[in-house]
Amino acid sequence: MRNAAKFSIAIGAAATWVAAAGVSGAADPDGQAFDRIEKGHYLTTVADCFACHTALNGGKPFAGGRPIETPFGNITSSNITPDNETGIGAWSDQQFDDAVRKGVRPDGSRLYPAMPFPAYTKMTHDDVMAIRAYLATIEPVHQPVRANTLPFPFNIRLAMRAWDALYFTEGEFRPDSQQSPAWNRGAYLVQGPGHCTACHTPKSFLGGDKTSYNLRGFNLQGWFAPDITGDAGEGLGQWSEADITSYLKTGHNRVTAATGPMAEEVVNSTSQYDDDDLRAIATYLKSLPGQQAAAPAQAEQSTMIAGEAIYRDQCSACHGLDGQGVAMLFPSLVQSSLTHASDPASAIRLVLRGARSVATKAEPTAPGMPSFGWQLDDAQVAAVLTYIRNAWKTAAAPVSPDVVRNARDQLSTRSD
Amino acid sequence: MPRKLPKKDIVIIGLGWTGSIMANELTDEGLDVIAIERGPWRDAPTQFPTNYAQDELRYRIRHELFLRPEQNTFTFRNKMDQTALPIRDWGSFMPPNGVGGGGVHWNAETWRFLPTDFVLRTHLTERYGAAFLPEDMTIQDFGATYDELEPHYDAFEYLCGTSGTAGNLRGQIQEGGNPFEGPRSRPYPTPAQKQPFSHTLFAKAARDLGYKPFPQPSGNLSQAYKNPLGLRMGPCTYCGFCEWFGCGNYSKASPQTTILPHLIRKSNFTARDNSEVVQINLDRSGKRATGVTFVDTGGVEWEQPADLVILSAYTLFNVQMLLHSKIGAPYDPVANKGVVGRNFTHQTISTVNGFFDNKKFNFNPFIASGSIGMCIDEFNGDNFDHGPLGFVGGGYMGQVQTGGRPIQSTGVPPGTPKWGAAWKSAVRDNYLSSVRPGTGVHGSFYSYRDVYLDLDPTYKDRFGRPLMRMTIDFHDNEIKQNAYLTDKFAEIIRAMGAHTLEKVYRKAPYDATDYQTTHLNGGVIMGTDPTTSVINRYLQSWDVPNLFVTGASAFPQNAGYNPTGTVAALAFWAATAIRGQYLKNPGPLIHA
Repeated sequence: MRNAAKFSIAIGAAATWVAAAGVSGAADPDGQAFDRIEKGHYLTTVADCFACHTALNGGKPFAGGRPIETPFGNITSSNITPDNETGIGAWSDQQFDDAVRKGVRPDGSRLYPAMPFPAYTKMTHDDVMAIRAYLATIEPVHQPVRANTLPFPFNIRLAMRAWDALYFTEGEFRPDSQQSPAWNRGAYLVQGPGHCTACHTPKSFLGGDKTSYNLRGFNLQGWFAPDITGDAGEGLGQWSEADITSYLKTGHNRVTAATGPMAEEVVNSTSQYDDDDLRAIATYLKSLPGQQAAAPAQAEQSTMIAGEAIYRDQCSACHGLDGQGVAMLFPSLVQSSLTHASDPASAIRLVLRGARSVATKAEPTAPGMPSFGWQLDDAQVAAVLTYIRNAWKTAAAPVSPDVVRNARDQLSTRSD
Repeated sequence: MPRKLPKKDIVIIGLGWTGSIMANELTDEGLDVIAIERGPWRDAPTQFPTNYAQDELRYRIRHELFLRPEQNTFTFRNKMDQTALPIRDWGSFMPPNGVGGGGVHWNAETWRFLPTDFVLRTHLTERYGAAFLPEDMTIQDFGATYDELEPHYDAFEYLCGTSGTAGNLRGQIQEGGNPFEGPRSRPYPTPAQKQPFSHTLFAKAARDLGYKPFPQPSGNLSQAYKNPLGLRMGPCTYCGFCEWFGCGNYSKASPQTTILPHLIRKSNFTARDNSEVVQINLDRSGKRATGVTFVDTGGVEWEQPADLVILSAYTLFNVQMLLHSKIGAPYDPVANKGVVGRNFTHQTISTVNGFFDNKKFNFNPFIASGSIGMCIDEFNGDNFDHGPLGFVGGGYMGQVQTGGRPIQSTGVPPGTPKWGAAWKSAVRDNYLSSVRPGTGVHGSFYSYRDVYLDLDPTYKDRFGRPLMRMTIDFHDNEIKQNAYLTDKFAEIIRAMGAHTLEKVYRKAPYDATDYQTTHLNGGVIMGTDPTTSVINRYLQSWDVPNLFVTGASAFPQNAGYNPTGTVAALAFWAATAIRGQYLKNPGPLIHA
């Protein structure tokens, strides 16, 4: 078994060498050097390749097979182990680079942007090759994956050429000489390997980034991935650098806790970032300008009274009558950006479904919030959320019972 | 034939407080540990969510968190000449079940025993003479001392974040704490909980009578806390649903809130729930445990081999496991020989309800926690001169407002009709203005030759094995003790301003249907002599050195305190002995 694995790695490496000689020239450093592999391992973690390319519940690492949810249907992730037939063992370095940074497969067809190549294109060639070097060392798994499970017409990969023309700008990250090295490192990580934009940047109806709303929050997979710009109201404007690094490192900070897809991201990826990189990310995110939000509609007084009564009964035991919660345990509803997000999807979901926050080595408690969906009707959920969004010298648009009803309907079809 | 599983270094029977402590300590040694739990997995936010955990009917009346008698029960009798009958509904105690064990549903009263409690027979004999003790009283010394256990009490309190006011810091008596307690090496990790009105009134009355009231040490926390394992707890919200209930607010110390989220991250720990261990297996010599046999919910038998067995179930199940596994000599009260089942004890609880003028007093009884309270310790242990009183033992007493729950908080003055309009009116008039101490008088229960556990000759369990038989009654010593303490307690309630008192003395015979506490003790007692104890001072079996037995089953007699603090301290003490001594040289730690 182990011998077979070694054998196929050797074949893979030989194929790489042949291709490298032909295409990239001799400039690339030794792909088998320890420092390359170590750097590649770190970048693979930063880019969180594991999360999408490993099936849930005990799938072999990087062997693919996990369904990736998109608004157009599910796409199954590919096998990126160095297996020659079903993985990427036989790919040349150039083919690997093209897939990661251009979204083009070895046969010339186009990848769907569920693979975040619009972000990875910002990575340097050297970093991509380091990832390649690491992936060449993992156990090859023979596992064919049928990637394209989209319905017609999205199953026509040719259409991706037009999509690329509309939404994909190829090109490495260009440092801004006006900014500090830390800012530039943070920008590189956020825009490139960290691919934060994949969830946090609003998308067009065709799934392309609305770049003018970069990182201002997006609704996907039944959650609202919040605004992570420096916006004081909905974003991270009131978070300190330590708040951001603590959140990414431990999943918790004095204001809030990671749950849902971000919990997975923290476990697989950000909790393993270098502290310097986390600080760089904080520097960059806090520098992103907020938006001038229009004053939200006023909540009805009767709704606020009903909401407060429900809040006192159901929420205040953990989050406190003052909404401040308990640092690192129960989120502060006063300060959490989820509370005040323009899109209340995550807040509604948390009330209807409850949620478990993430457990990390530094913060193993993983406190959970119970589900209230069985107990509160749509009007009650709307009232308590409207109250929470407006109770403590903050203002956010009221939540209507209709929005809660729609969220309840949609959540009823979700197993996650 | 049971199906055989791969061998582990250590198998733990029962994943409650002590099972969790042992698992955490021994996995820290790098050992491969499996814990096998009869009941289900229980996780705080999933099983005790804040929006239905406070359901008195479901949890208090219908006993949701406890063992079902259909799965296992016991037979009961008061006297040796009676025929014991099976208990079909729990009454005087509540056998826990499931991950977390009694640590899920306890009130979280986190006491230390007095230094003299550990050397009880020696101390009482020295002070009063051997003839002062009743002839059939079988109390003995623990074999370990308070000073030896102090670091382990401390470890448990810092694990739990216990809220309290120190009374004795390294020998210096502290204002506001319990002046009778043994010296503690550092203060409680968090300050005492805030006290509701009836507690401050009790404290004032007690002070006026010359006593030194202090806040009861509480595992319901006064403030947020991060324990040494990195686990976070929140401040108690005084909801008044502690005993019988799980806490979803992360404010009550339990294995779920203080150990398990840390433990389950360890790759060398495995838990197996819904699996009932039926036997500890021995090799041919009978001197060495080879592992355990358990049965899953499908009735399939499995053998789990292991080098070391930790028996950490509830008191009664520890005794039962040894008897069914034929480890140690069963106790015979007639011949006064044998040890397993010997020195079985409970608690001697009574209370005094006080009724106050409802135009002047409003106690808001629903502002409560399981272990919030103001107590005095003047009448505990041997803190007072028993010479003229003709009994030994005692207990703490206090106003402990554990809840104003709707079904069971309907106390009415003596003489009120038991139903109808007059009863309803009296409930309404007295709900807010009566004092109904949750614990009241928390008296000791010393051990006797004819109070014990053995196998029932008639009734069988679902595996066809004899049920455990409890033979238990109150002796005159405890009845006298209780009368004296209850009257002293009544004086304080009267001094608070009550116009009517209802003294509820503890009386013989012992009643298996009337809830006292779940503090059953003894049966696998620790000691220094194999002819009078089952385990040595490190909780190691005299007969099978690779078996340790944790829990209150180790107490030679019960003190006038809740047992959990001492149970946990003994577990840390045993774990330290295993880590520091046993693993280096497996075998008897004490040569008798």
